[in-house]
Amino acid sequence: MSFGEQLSTLFSTYNVFEAFWANVQLTFWAAIGSFVIGAILALMRISPVPSLQFIGAAYVNLIRNTPLTILMTMAILGVWTQFQLQLVSDFEANFFIYAAIVLSIYHASFVCEAIRSGVNTVPVGQAEAARAIGLGFFPAARHIIFPQALRGSITPLGNTLIALAKNTTVATVASVAEASGMMKSMIEFNSDLIFLIFAVFAMGFVIIVVPIGILTTWASRKLAVKR
Amino acid sequence: MFAHFKKKITAAAAVTAAAALALTGCASSSGENDTLRIGIKYDQPGLGYQDGPDYTGFDTDVARYVAKELGYSEDQIEWVESPSANRENMLSNGQVDMIFATYSISDTRLKTVDFAGPYFIAGQDLLVQKDNNDIHGPDDLNGKDLCSVTGSTSAKKIQDQFASNVQLVQQNSYSDCVVALNAGMVDAVTTDDIILAGLGATKANEGQLKVVGNTFTEENYGVGLPKGTDKCKAINEAINKMVETGEWEKAIEKNVGNSGFEYNRELNPPHLGDSCAQPSEE
Amino acid sequence: MSSSVLFDTPGPRGRKITTIFNIAAIVVLLAVLAYVAVVMNRQGQLEAEKWTALFSGYAWAYYFLPGILSTLKAAIIAVITSVIFGMIFGYMRLSTNAVVRGIATVVVEFFRAVPVLIMMIFFWLFLGQFSVFSPSQLPFIAVVIGLTLYNGSVIAELLRSGVKQLPRGQGEAGLAIGLTPSKVLRSILMPQAMMTMLPSLVSQFVVILKDTALGYIISYPELLASARRFGSGEGNVLQTLLLAAVLFIIINFALTSLATWLSTFLHSRSSSGVKKADGIPGEVDNANPATIAMFKIPKA
Repeated sequence: MSFGEQLSTLFSTYNVFEAFWANVQLTFWAAIGSFVIGAILALMRISPVPSLQFIGAAYVNLIRNTPLTILMTMAILGVWTQFQLQLVSDFEANFFIYAAIVLSIYHASFVCEAIRSGVNTVPVGQAEAARAIGLGFFPAARHIIFPQALRGSITPLGNTLIALAKNTTVATVASVAEASGMMKSMIEFNSDLIFLIFAVFAMGFVIIVVPIGILTTWASRKLAVKR
Repeated sequence: MFAHFKKKITAAAAVTAAAALALTGCASSSGENDTLRIGIKYDQPGLGYQDGPDYTGFDTDVARYVAKELGYSEDQIEWVESPSANRENMLSNGQVDMIFATYSISDTRLKTVDFAGPYFIAGQDLLVQKDNNDIHGPDDLNGKDLCSVTGSTSAKKIQDQFASNVQLVQQNSYSDCVVALNAGMVDAVTTDDIILAGLGATKANEGQLKVVGNTFTEENYGVGLPKGTDKCKAINEAINKMVETGEWEKAIEKNVGNSGFEYNRELNPPHLGDSCAQPSEE
Repeated sequence: MSSSVLFDTPGPRGRKITTIFNIAAIVVLLAVLAYVAVVMNRQGQLEAEKWTALFSGYAWAYYFLPGILSTLKAAIIAVITSVIFGMIFGYMRLSTNAVVRGIATVVVEFFRAVPVLIMMIFFWLFLGQFSVFSPSQLPFIAVVIGLTLYNGSVIAELLRSGVKQLPRGQGEAGLAIGLTPSKVLRSILMPQAMMTMLPSLVSQFVVILKDTALGYIISYPELLASARRFGSGEGNVLQTLLLAAVLFIIINFALTSLATWLSTFLHSRSSSGVKKADGIPGEVDNANPATIAMFKIPKA
């Protein structure tokens, strides 16, 4: 078999694009999920209520210090099997949703910290001015602090998104047919093409990750609050 | 009469082989100790399993017996973990002397390694809960949930050939699949029957699971050896002896018997000739 | 900005609202915990035996302790090799030679873009084709290489941004007294940058430690793998995984506390103010100011 034939059989047996598509979709849904949870957590952590602050801080500290692989394993072996929590009857969708939820829960702690670091970029004077004109916690947060904080947190949020895109590979533990799992079986059955296969998958991630980096750098410059 | 004659030859050959091995063992021991490095699985209960400080399972028992027949004491065996993906490489690189690790003889593998044996003929089967009475074979899996390990072809085979409507979940190991099976989240786990029996025989699962016993493939578990080996004859004779003395049967009973598993008696126990396994004729 | 300026020191009404919120939050939290407990009980997960098995000598001697040791071994070696890798490539990134700089940039950017798991799987299967390493060592080596390439690249970036953040006068002064640019880098800029990046560096060690758990996927017998193995043998997977998570949290928490302490210690020591390294593109887990501060639960 010539090299060309070998290549074409390889890529017709394995749908590499479909595998990457799973990673992209996971990134998309988990980005939304982690942003929502992370924003709520950030709000809790900067709120005046001690118990909410405590819950927010505890969540972030616990989740950040736990390996994603453990969370993912726990979701499947712990929650799915032991609590018998089948989210939807279709297996493929069920595990996809599980993986997306775990990725959301994990990255929410980083989103929360990214937003908080954005809040840290807002000068104290802004909050003081907001209070001086009589705004309470929520109006001040919504109209004055958050819009500025979000701009300041674009870079760390972009970093979180990049980490998320790469971490979708861990979904292989949750029975999701994604890129890393496919790369493993491709190499196992075609070990002579190992470099080519690795190059394809590595470049796939470079193609996903680099634009996110460029976009966030551009956006953080463009939207920077001029002070 | 003939059998008697053959036995004598066997014994003589075994002695010669042992002597030869001992010699080569000494010759190659310039840098290393006089040990036999045997590749096994570490995570396959009932076959090759690292149980705290011990190594247990049918594979390890056959390996111990063969090693003993080749003239190695138990202390001279060095167990090495050989995951499925690394087995051919480990043999061709000389990292192990032989492999007993649910290693099926296949034409593709025969291109790079040699096999003695087979010492067991397994077949793909299904593991279900004990009280399950609607799954008797792969055809009954339509609309059911099936678990297998990531990258394994056995689940794909069921989907392609028997039940296109089966739902698949892939786990990192078979014991993870059994956790899901015990919890009732999947209806069946599929791989070779003896592996399933080993899973069903563990302390945590004893009496809760059963192997369906309707195999639909034939997997010849061979002893993986480096290409061009001269040990096939001695190993085959050791395995024959193990079968004749009843040790083979005892090893099966001891390691996977708790699951109520009955091996395929039409194919087992194997009777071996002198030569290494040959590629099947085209 | 401290969050306290967002709201007034609460008056009587504010305090009442806060109390209500506190109580409501605690009630919700307890309700969630109670629900989990009920579900776990229904599934038989609260049986004493499933938990006591975790603390048997056998479990620790053959599963948890070897697991922790493997995790720490991979993490410590990877920390050392990552720092070496990071120093070399950080130095190259700051080189005056455009070619050296270009090569280093490509290498660093590439390894920061490729998921660690992909690299681990590749090296695990790739190195298996040679007889250089014993097969039982392969997963370990693949884990260390994967962690080194990624975290080393992050450290290279930390070093570069640390040097770039130093006052320009430092480098200029060095040049003025007749040092060559590379000598300036080595004797003046790098030592200062390393002090600046120390807290971020320690936080990066948390990333390394957490990512050793990926080794589970390539059969490295680290903490997660041994916990899972023990759990499926004893039928208490959920409990063993929880214990593994707690062990990871304890080790990481100790590391993060060290980072926080280092940060304040260095801050108090230098009069000009050690600037804390900013978050750098491509990485979230390194310490930016907020992530260092996060372990102090804010006081209201």
